[in-house]
Amino acid sequence: MKISVEYVAKLARLSLSEKERELFGSQLNSILNYMEKLNEVDTKDVEPTSHVISLSNVMRDDIPVRSIKREDALMNAPEHTDKFYRVPKIIE
Amino acid sequence: MDYYRLGISEARKILDKKEVSARELLDSIYQRIESVEDKVKAYVTLPKEKAYEMADMSQKKISSGQSASLSGIPIAIKDNMCTKGIRTTCSSKILANFIPPYESTVTSRLSEQGYILIGKTNLDEFAMGSSTENSGFFTTKNPWDLERIPGGSSGGSAAAVAADECIAALGSDTGGSIRQPASLCGVVGLKPTYGRVSRYGLVAFASSLDQIGPITKDVKDSAILMNIISGKDPLDSTSAPLTVPDFTKVLGQEIKGLKIGIPKEYFIEGMDKEVEASVMDAIKKLESLGAIPVEISLPHTGYAVATYYVLATSEASSNLARYDGVKYGFRAEGKDLLEMYMNTRAQGFGSEVKRRIILGTYTLSSGYYDAYYKKAQQVRTLIKRDFEKAFKTVDAIVTPTSPTAAFKAGEKAGDPLQMYLSDIFTISVNLAGVPGISIPCGFTSNNLPIGLQIIGKHFDEETILKVSYAYEQSTDWHKRKPNL
Repeated sequence: MKISVEYVAKLARLSLSEKERELFGSQLNSILNYMEKLNEVDTKDVEPTSHVISLSNVMRDDIPVRSIKREDALMNAPEHTDKFYRVPKIIE
Repeated sequence: MDYYRLGISEARKILDKKEVSARELLDSIYQRIESVEDKVKAYVTLPKEKAYEMADMSQKKISSGQSASLSGIPIAIKDNMCTKGIRTTCSSKILANFIPPYESTVTSRLSEQGYILIGKTNLDEFAMGSSTENSGFFTTKNPWDLERIPGGSSGGSAAAVAADECIAALGSDTGGSIRQPASLCGVVGLKPTYGRVSRYGLVAFASSLDQIGPITKDVKDSAILMNIISGKDPLDSTSAPLTVPDFTKVLGQEIKGLKIGIPKEYFIEGMDKEVEASVMDAIKKLESLGAIPVEISLPHTGYAVATYYVLATSEASSNLARYDGVKYGFRAEGKDLLEMYMNTRAQGFGSEVKRRIILGTYTLSSGYYDAYYKKAQQVRTLIKRDFEKAFKTVDAIVTPTSPTAAFKAGEKAGDPLQMYLSDIFTISVNLAGVPGISIPCGFTSNNLPIGLQIIGKHFDEETILKVSYAYEQSTDWHKRKPNL
C-alpha cells in the first residue's frame, strides 16, 4: 500500500465509509502505480511548467470598483445572520 | 419547418428576414426538448420563463433592424458556468441549490450579443469524467444510441446539440471534455488556446488546464461563437492580451500546400479499426484538397495521461477546498466545525470527486511533492516542447479524437484508470495549451459517430478552423442526424 487513504482523507477534510476506504485504497494504488511511468523520463535540468502562456505580474490600475453586495454574498450561505456567516461553535 | 434543426448562421438569416420570430424559434426548441429530453436527459435546468423574456428583448432589436450576432438564438450552457440568478450546480449535490450572484464573462458576452439561455446542461460532477456517469444527478444518453454514453464531461452540451435541443452550446475542456463528447455525439467541438477565452465565472477544476469553448452543429458556428467569447478580460489575469481575429474570415480559404502532421504515437495498438480507417480516409481527403501529410513524432505522448492526472488532481484538491459548507452550497450536521466540514464534503461530493481530491492531496503532501507534482510539471514541459518542435515543420496536426466510438453506459464506470485512458488523444493538447477541434469524420458499422481532431499552434485557431471547414465542405458527415 503506497497510500494511507484514511490519513490523506483527513488532510482533505473528507470522512469516508469503511467501504470507500477499501475501494479507494486499491483503486488509488493502481493509479499511483500507473503514474510511476513518469520515472522513466529523464527530467534532469528540465524546468517545470506551471503555466503554459508566459504572463507575469498582470497589473491593473488601482481604481476602486463596487464589489458584490453583502446580501448577495450571504444569499447562498446555509446559515447566516444579517451580517455574518454562521458556523458551529469553534471556541469552548 | 423544423426550426430546431438549424445552426446559428441559418437561424440568424431567417430571424433577420422575419420568416420566424425569436419566440417561434424558442417554441420550436422547447417542443423538441419536450419530445426527446426524456430519452436524452441533456439538461439539469431549463429556465423557460427567463428564456422567453430574453426572446422578447431580442425580438425588439430584430424588429427594429438592430439585431446583434446572437439576437434570438437559443444556446445551451454547461452547468459549470455561472449564470446570475439561475441555478448553477456543476452536477454536484454540494452545489445543488447554488444561485450565482454574478455572471461569467462568456455568458455576459453572449448576452451582449442577444443570446437566449435555453438551459444548463449536465456534466460529470465538477467536469471530472468522460461519460457524464459521474454526474451527481443522472447520466446523459448518447442521441445516436441511448444505451451508450455521450462522452464527457460536457456530455449534456454535446448531446443537446446532436439531438437538436438547442442551436449551439458552450462546454469546457480540461483534458478533452469538449472534444471527446463532440466526437462521440457527431458534432463540432473546439478547445481554444489556453488564455484565449476568459475563465471568469467558470467553476474551477484544474486552473492551468481549464478552457471554455463552443460545441456546434458545424464549423462556421464554431467560428461565430469564438469571435464572441475570445479576448482579454480584466477579470481573468490569465486571459491573453491579444487582439482577436475574425475567425469566420478564414473559412473557405484554400488549404493547398498546408503541412499536416500525423503523429505516429497516436496510431496505436488497441485503437478501434473503424476509427483508424475513418481517420486515415479523412487524411486522404485533406490530401486531395491539397494538404501535404507529414509523419511526425510527439515522443512523450505515452506519458500524457499520467502527467495529466497528477497535475489535474493536485489543482482540483486545492480548488475544491472551498466547498466547506460555510459560504455557499450544501451543509451537513456535525458536533463541531471539523466534523461539519468532514460530513459536508463526504455527503456533498460523489465518488470520483472524492477519489481525485484524495489523489491530489496525496501528490501535493509533504514528502511527495517533488516525486509527483514537480516531476509531472517537468514532463509537461517536455510534452509542450514536443508540440513546439513539431510545429516548426507542420501547420496543423491531425489525430483521432478518441480511440473508440461511444461506449456503453457502465462499461468503464467500475475502473477509473480505464476511464482515464479514454482521454489518451485529447489530454496532451491541454498540457501543451494549444488549440484543438473535433469534427465528424465518419460512422462505425453500428452507426456511431467518429471524430477527427485537428490541433494548431498557440493562438492559431484560424488554421484549424480553416482546415476543418475545408474538410467539412467536402463531406456530409455533419449533416447526418440521429433517429430520436
